Amino acid sequence: MSVRVFVPADAAALAVGADQVCDILSAEASQSGLPIEIVRTGSRGMFELETLVEVETPAGRVGYGPIYPDEARDLAHSGLFEAKSHPKCVGPVETLPFLRRQMRLTFARCGVIDPQSLDAYRNAGGLAGLEKALSLTPEQIVEEITRSGLRGRGGAGFPAGIKWDTVRRAQADRKYVVCNADEGDSGTFADRMLLEGDPFLLIEGMVIAGLAVGAAKGFIYIRSEYPHAIRAFSRAVATARNAGLLGPTAGGGLPAFDIELRVGAGAYVCGEETAMLESLEGKRGQVRAKPPLPAHAGLFGRPTLINNVLTLAAAPLILANGAEAYAAHGHGRSRGTMPIQLAGDIRNGGLFEAPFGLDLNTLVYDIGGGTLSGRPVRAVQVGGPLGAYFPPSLFDTHFDYEAFAARDGLIGHGGIVVFNDTVDLAAQARFAMEFCAIESCGKCTPCRLGSVRGIETIDRIIAGERSSLAVLEDLCETMRLGSLCALGGLTPYPVMSAVTHFPQDFEPRGEALAPPK
Amino acid sequence: MSASLPQIPWNADHAAALVARCVALEGPLLPALHVIQATFGCVPDEAVPIIAQVLNLSRADVHGVLTFYHDFRRVPAGRRILKFCAAEACQARGSADAIAQVERALGLKVGETRSDGAVTLEAVYCLGLCASGPAALLDGDPFARLKGARLDHLLTQVLP
Ligand SMILES: Cc1cc2nc3c(=O)[nH]c(=O)nc-3n(C[C@H](O)[C@H](O)[C@H](O)COP(=O)(O)O)c2cc1C
Ligand code: SF4
Ligand code: FES
Repeated sequence: MSVRVFVPADAAALAVGADQVCDILSAEASQSGLPIEIVRTGSRGMFELETLVEVETPAGRVGYGPIYPDEARDLAHSGLFEAKSHPKCVGPVETLPFLRRQMRLTFARCGVIDPQSLDAYRNAGGLAGLEKALSLTPEQIVEEITRSGLRGRGGAGFPAGIKWDTVRRAQADRKYVVCNADEGDSGTFADRMLLEGDPFLLIEGMVIAGLAVGAAKGFIYIRSEYPHAIRAFSRAVATARNAGLLGPTAGGGLPAFDIELRVGAGAYVCGEETAMLESLEGKRGQVRAKPPLPAHAGLFGRPTLINNVLTLAAAPLILANGAEAYAAHGHGRSRGTMPIQLAGDIRNGGLFEAPFGLDLNTLVYDIGGGTLSGRPVRAVQVGGPLGAYFPPSLFDTHFDYEAFAARDGLIGHGGIVVFNDTVDLAAQARFAMEFCAIESCGKCTPCRLGSVRGIETIDRIIAGERSSLAVLEDLCETMRLGSLCALGGLTPYPVMSAVTHFPQDFEPRGEALAPPK
Repeated sequence: MSASLPQIPWNADHAAALVARCVALEGPLLPALHVIQATFGCVPDEAVPIIAQVLNLSRADVHGVLTFYHDFRRVPAGRRILKFCAAEACQARGSADAIAQVERALGLKVGETRSDGAVTLEAVYCLGLCASGPAALLDGDPFARLKGARLDHLLTQVLP
């Protein structure tokens, strides 16, 4: 019997040489006449350990990491294939505290199976949700989603069941499902990991959504910054089509449903749902005024269900295990699990899926292990470029939509970016304004011009003009109230949280501030 | 193992044929712009009337979309394209120093192409490698932990 070796093909592993590691391991094995089978998996989500090489043993999979290409030969020669001890051995992977402490529902298979094998997906419990859905009426499917308490994972946390039901009830000649895979928030990578590490789960979720709302066509909009995810997902779609899971005449009692993949073009604002619809229609990615809601008149004027990758990927599980099982986890009105993404200067960076409700202290210090640099933590930014900066004194905040909102923050897509004590919060506030200026769709003045004014104002504050602090505050208020979408409307969060919690960084220093790169 | 396609000289007939293959799509303009850029390295001015005609749009529409999106370029880039992440999580891991080092080593600033056409350096905002930064894409291939020897090694790949 050949030894099974697992090497991730996730972009985070490829970015540190996983392909070369693979090549070297298979060359060494064949030279020593040892039959091995290398399975390319997604990532377990422990990025400090990438490339994490695993070898199968009767007692489970044993891991070695991080393995760089120049270490792979030595690893092969020091008994990797017999799972021998080695300085880089981390032991049985599933027993690592970072994994043991999680509740992996959405990411149960990610990093474990070959993500391009539909058989592996089925053997690991895949398609059970779709099977269940096929035994239900559209109304009953939506009811399950509603009772699960699932809220949109793209940022706003809107109840998924309400949206699904609105689209289901809408009358039209055709409807669409749109999967938002634009994942533009810095500090987030859960969508990317899923697209690469368990694409059939998302496909299954989209098929279920199509059944529930009565749509025969789904689009997925993946950002161009994810070339590897684009390749991985389109391969999986082709496989699903060949297997009769997707297509104009899908097999096995399935109604027709097909998925078309579209690639973004580097505009952050196209993650906003109506800008995404414009972009899919072939227009400038400008935000539409609401109403009409996309659920009533979305893509090409048709009722459109638009959800984040993680929202759609939660559906199969909810159907398979029942709404109550999902709703049993969580905190307050935030039900189920959230794939939290630990990023920036953090020792145990990566993806940590857990029920809502952990506090930031637990996440940053206990699970995250504090900073990678060893320097003290000074701030975290939660929820991407529109999220607030929190100082450690607010780390008792629980990871929950309402708890963050109560402290003028947001959890967004679940990214936590850790900064050490060298961070300059005035520079970060300036960057937030700069990012807004670069990415503004240009439709409203407070966002388009306010952000540019914001940069100038912060520069003046730092140069010593104290009175400009009040100007900045006014400007933020105008942007908050006068912007059509959350890009202009929430950029004040990072800016004002920096001012409020780190006032010393806005003291005069009499020198121009270089923009952070 | 570069992700970018081999690029060929501008050819109007070939361009029209590529765009024609998009006609059947719902909302074909972005896919059409992408395929033109992937094939010819940019979307030159000559492409605009062709795309407009084949897709039955006005030139102004095509121009408006072409100029809205950061990805589309109207003149060719350098032979290599290095997109360095300039977003927050990579900032927290020292990307500002890394970018400064790249600029010095390549002799250009972010947003510029070297005069010998060897490389274009651009900023991107997040590559989904936020726990492994500083991160970059070189011709579509991901690179992470770009500090010290790893950054030096990447630079030797960019400019041998
Ligand atoms: C500027 C801006 C960027 C956004 N980017 C994303 C994104 O990258 N991914 C996403 O799922 N939602 C994003 N959203 C939220 C979407 O507008 C929308 O709420 C979401 O796709 C709905 O899906 P959900 O209910 O499943 O979260 C963004 C919103 C704004 C205002
Ligand atoms: S707030 Fe900014 S991005 Fe949003 S619609 Fe207005 S101009 Fe466009
Ligand atoms: S912030 Fe650089 S990869 Fe996400």
